[in-house]
Amino acid sequence: MSTLTLRNGQKASFSQVPEYPFAEFADLFKSFITQGFSVSSYFGVPSGDGLMLLAVLTNRNQGNLALFRTRIEKTFPSLTPEIPQVHWFEREIAEQYGVVPERHPWLKPIRFHKSYNGSLDAWNRADEAIEPCVTDYFRVQGPEVHQVAVGPVHAGIIEPGHFRFQCHGEKVFHLEIELGYQHRGIERAILRAPLGKAIHLIQTLAGDTTIGHTTAWARNLESLSDTVIPARAHAIRGIALELERIANHTGDLGALAGDVGFLPTASYCGRLRGDYLNMTGSVCGNRFGRNLVRPGGVTQDIAAELAADLNKRASTTWKLTENAVDLLWSTSSVLGRFRGTGAVSSEDAVRAGLVGVAARACGLNIDVRSDLPWGIYQTHAVPSVILFSGDVHARAVIRYLESRHSVQFLKEELKMLPDTPTFQSTGALEGDSIVVSLVEGWRGEICHVALTGADGNLSHYKITDPSFHNWFGLALALRDQQISDFPLCNKSFNLSYCGHDL
Amino acid sequence: MYRIIKARLKQGYNTSRFPQVEPVLPPLFMGRPEVDAGACRGDCRDCMDACPVGAISRKGETLSMDLGKCLFCGECARICTSGAISFSRDYRMATSGRQDLSTDAWKLATALDAKARSVFGHSLKLRQVSAGGCNACEADVNVLNTLTFDLSRFGIQFVASPRHADGVLVTGPVTKNMEVALMKTMAAIPSPKFVVAVGSCAISGGIFQGNEEVCGGVEGMLPVDLYIPGCPPNPWTILDGLLRMVGQIGDRKKGR
Repeated sequence: MSTLTLRNGQKASFSQVPEYPFAEFADLFKSFITQGFSVSSYFGVPSGDGLMLLAVLTNRNQGNLALFRTRIEKTFPSLTPEIPQVHWFEREIAEQYGVVPERHPWLKPIRFHKSYNGSLDAWNRADEAIEPCVTDYFRVQGPEVHQVAVGPVHAGIIEPGHFRFQCHGEKVFHLEIELGYQHRGIERAILRAPLGKAIHLIQTLAGDTTIGHTTAWARNLESLSDTVIPARAHAIRGIALELERIANHTGDLGALAGDVGFLPTASYCGRLRGDYLNMTGSVCGNRFGRNLVRPGGVTQDIAAELAADLNKRASTTWKLTENAVDLLWSTSSVLGRFRGTGAVSSEDAVRAGLVGVAARACGLNIDVRSDLPWGIYQTHAVPSVILFSGDVHARAVIRYLESRHSVQFLKEELKMLPDTPTFQSTGALEGDSIVVSLVEGWRGEICHVALTGADGNLSHYKITDPSFHNWFGLALALRDQQISDFPLCNKSFNLSYCGHDL
Repeated sequence: MYRIIKARLKQGYNTSRFPQVEPVLPPLFMGRPEVDAGACRGDCRDCMDACPVGAISRKGETLSMDLGKCLFCGECARICTSGAISFSRDYRMATSGRQDLSTDAWKLATALDAKARSVFGHSLKLRQVSAGGCNACEADVNVLNTLTFDLSRFGIQFVASPRHADGVLVTGPVTKNMEVALMKTMAAIPSPKFVVAVGSCAISGGIFQGNEEVCGGVEGMLPVDLYIPGCPPNPWTILDGLLRMVGQIGDRKKGR
């Protein structure tokens, strides 16, 4: 049995994606997972009267993607019992298209919206019966066992979500995370919108990852229109992506310090994060990189003068960041709270399909920048940082060391920007095609899959934010922890609510 | 302890002297848009067609932009051949009324009345609710708590409990899934209470307007006292708006 093998960002005719009866599809799926492939995306595409399921698996050893599909009716056997990392994908498929993966161990909605099929949903509910996070919850029973429910509105300036803890005193047996409050209908809106409008939906699908998501979107449209973008555009995208990473990692290190009551680093990093955002602001006018990346390249150049200025600012700001963050590693009260808290084993990380910082903290050597490099990363490698303890400490240290490599990368790039234009107009999209773009955003693997119809318009667009893979990792991290460790564990993952909810 | 003090000395003093000293904004910063009605040819719709959110309309002879919808992408200014639309560097954009957000009826926010100022002018506690926000508005509100802005020196604080709050600051287009939570939070705040809408999503639904999954902003749901446009608004725009509302800057205290 074969699959369609694609490079990161390579397009193909959709008819080349082999289709199998479900039993063979399932066998193929399982054999790839046994070989160490990971699930980058797995989703439904309406097709005639039924539903097509499309699997996008990543083979990191060979640096390519394996695509294959099947067709299902109202029900299909769940793969979750054998492949735990598809549990969330199957819940998404069930919720969106009203189909039932049978034998799924915990089949619940993930976003709480009505079914796209226009009739009763997978739980036989009518549209008006669907309320956010009104669903079954896992219950631990016994003397003095109690539930703690938190959210959607949390005690801070943070996005909404619902957390349900099963506790015995301070000890957490289980945390269940229910999201969906941020659901804005982005994937369907993208298909309704002209491409010039759709980019704004992409920019705001996770506002702190604007460069990551716009890069994935732009690469898909460039591939579909056979556009080769200039080298300088690749470099500027790389610089912006690393700035996004450093800014968020620095902010997270400050927030982690704040969550253990260590205020010096919390204060300094809060400000320093702003300095990195302001560097992005100097490149394009907006601190979050809005309107910088477009299909065809980038809208703003980094002239020699600005490059020199950014280089200087990167050095100064990074020195201050080291000064602020190094305090963490020399303060025993901080280390005492970081070490051993919220540990996830590497076996669990593999089974749950974690990505990004959270996965690398568990010893998984995965990073799209080195495994399936695109653009500037094909010629300029950024080292990944791998630690093994899987705890808050590992996630914090990785953020710090990754930022150091990113600063080094962008300083080098700023000194050797290729002498080319920064934009190349894109043409019409090729019809009946498929393309997958992976990008290593600051949280981890971003996956965008684009399908076009015969008319060359987008017929389906699937977005998988790294948070989609990782929310369950946070639930695992809380097992056997104290409930008071939740804010610290949560911040050490710092996942996106809106990127998950779409 | 010695290390911490040494780091403190190295980090230096970084709190801005705003509002006495104007903030430094990047050269490409896009501030309040300006429409030069005289320059508009009047016979094309290029800017209207380019706008992803329908923020531009023609009112009789006058071209008008609704900042409550604008994403500040600048497509309109780029496409206009007669230079009728431009983006200034003015970061001050908050208004007290929805209609004041139109470029043809532009009016900066005014302070609360004297009685409200006497109570809230130097102590305002807000509960922030993200109702579908993409975390950009949230981040640029949160950043006001960092030492660069040091929001609490103006007596403004974000609090955890709505019971402790004098108002709500809303971000996001108000998803259908957050409608109840937002209204319950609002109900839990003791009166009198204020509503601040931050970002084009909260004001009009922004890029999500028309999606069946969202309510399309707080307009019509809550009585808004302060509108802060942008996608997301720059932190200085948000701070300026809040300070105008409580009367710490603006006409009442000229020269401050």
